[in-house]
Amino acid sequence: MSVFKLILINLGRNKRRTILTMLSVVVALFLFCALRGVLDTLEASIKVGSETRLVTRNKISLIFPLPLSYRDRLAGIPGVKAVSYANWFGGRDPVDPHNFYAQFAVDATTYFPMYARDIEIVAGDPPQVQVAVPAGLDPKLASFLSERDACVVGERLFKRMKWKLGQRVPVSGTIYPGTWTFTIRAVYRAKNPAFGEETMLFHWKYLSEKGMGGQGTVGWYALELSDPSRAGAVAHQVDAIYESSFAPTRTETERAFQAGFVSMYGNVPFLIGVIGIAVVFAILLVAANTMMMAARERTAEIGVMKTLGFEDGMIFKVVLSEAAIITLGGGLIGALFAKWLIESSGFNAGGLLPPMTVSWATVTIGIAIAVLMGATSGLLPAWQASRLSIVDALRRVD
Amino acid sequence: MAKVDVQNVRKVYRREAEEVVVLDGLSLRIPDGDYVALMGPSGSGKTTLLNLIGGIDQPTSGDVVVGEVNIAKLRGRELSRWRARNIGYIFQLYNLIPVLTAYQNVELPLLLAKMSSKDRTERAKYALEVVGLADRQKHYPRQLSGGQEQRVAIARALVSDPAVLLADEPTGDLDRKSAADILSLLERLNSEFQKTIVMVTHDPHAAEHAKRQLHLEKGVLQAS
Repeated sequence: MSVFKLILINLGRNKRRTILTMLSVVVALFLFCALRGVLDTLEASIKVGSETRLVTRNKISLIFPLPLSYRDRLAGIPGVKAVSYANWFGGRDPVDPHNFYAQFAVDATTYFPMYARDIEIVAGDPPQVQVAVPAGLDPKLASFLSERDACVVGERLFKRMKWKLGQRVPVSGTIYPGTWTFTIRAVYRAKNPAFGEETMLFHWKYLSEKGMGGQGTVGWYALELSDPSRAGAVAHQVDAIYESSFAPTRTETERAFQAGFVSMYGNVPFLIGVIGIAVVFAILLVAANTMMMAARERTAEIGVMKTLGFEDGMIFKVVLSEAAIITLGGGLIGALFAKWLIESSGFNAGGLLPPMTVSWATVTIGIAIAVLMGATSGLLPAWQASRLSIVDALRRVD
Repeated sequence: MAKVDVQNVRKVYRREAEEVVVLDGLSLRIPDGDYVALMGPSGSGKTTLLNLIGGIDQPTSGDVVVGEVNIAKLRGRELSRWRARNIGYIFQLYNLIPVLTAYQNVELPLLLAKMSSKDRTERAKYALEVVGLADRQKHYPRQLSGGQEQRVAIARALVSDPAVLLADEPTGDLDRKSAADILSLLERLNSEFQKTIVMVTHDPHAAEHAKRQLHLEKGVLQAS
């Protein structure tokens, strides 16, 4: 037997209590890490956006469109290397309305080259007729490019829905009413995990023709810059051009644009943080109470150990170690389980957010909290046990 | 040479504003290899004197010299280490750790010694052999009779080979047969292993097993 084994034996003397205390720490740290995971995910969603791209949208609100006619003028602004544009479609799965995934109408010939660093095409239907694929586009997009109602879907969505290439997928329009049917012609994989793989991309031209009666309005423009250091100047120039037009613009970096979405959550991130800390604090009190009860029940035994020659410091270490093992063990299980469960679930709010993640920083903070919890909950009983006079301790039974 | 030399010891407990004098200028010499029974009515200071000799309590004044060491001057870690090396303590209610087996209970004091696991095992097994419980090593205290529990407690007191054994009413919670066994064992430890034994008891029959009987009355030694 070693002192460590003695500690383990002590932990096993009331297995139910030890397991329940550890489980409470597991739950606390799981919740803490899961809640912080939400914050991590929101933070990651900001990072989806690039600092080298600008987004130009209607100054009033994102829900108001911009004319397509802005495209050529934007492309002519010095410092703008390429322009693409897209619309939010907002369709629903007609079979299962709760099965939400994002759909965007994009200008394929400019969109895919612009986002080549973020996504790659991993599968594509061979074209029925020979099609010339424009430079900068993956040849696997040939079939998609040649069909008006074709779409490209994220690999994860593709697998989750058990779709096949060539399958026709119905989508109920909400902003653009009616049932829309898209043919899956290619599948993309996110090179940047934060981009997500739960999105459907289809031709903007199809949306324009079927949904807007040929009216050329776009949700937003994406501008790729030749010199990212001039982002501020270019954004200012764009907004200045359209300041007095019927559709004034607001231009910002893609990252700031994403951050704007996050800011719409208002104080939710703060509340999430507070709830996480409150949960940990509540469990800390429970753990501290349990440790004190456990130490108190052994008052006479501690007196005996001291009589045998165990020093105060050793008693302190034994009692503190018991608390530390419970909280550190529970903390490790809770934090790592949260990371594993949440990341393997791949939840991404239907593509509105990157796949939910619990960062290693959060896991580390969780484990640090568990250590702190162990120290805080174990310190008082350990100190009391170490300070206990032998005569007083033995008197409680003799 | 005296193994235990208690010189002019006074022990005063404070209960709220009141001072209770438990030992009042007590002096006592116990030679090496002696076996002393301390008797006296409840509250006479027997256990207090035993605790002072064992270094688990400190005198208000006076000296307690055990071997060459005045333990009244020792504090904290020094005193704990001294206790681990020099004193074996036997309690009335055995005070075994319920979650440890008989063997683990006996091995417990050896965790404090710089000793290999093999040596610890040998010594713990030997101590259990001495008390006649070699076949009960893996039994937990709840699986043993009172007499057996007390014998495990004696093995625990014995295992670090202390010169002095202190027993506080070691037969007080036992039936007559078990008590007789324990008293025989203590006699054997005194005669065969030359342990100096100080035993507190109320029982005159138990006291008869000791070489000497001392009587305490209101903190003062009556006769030796």
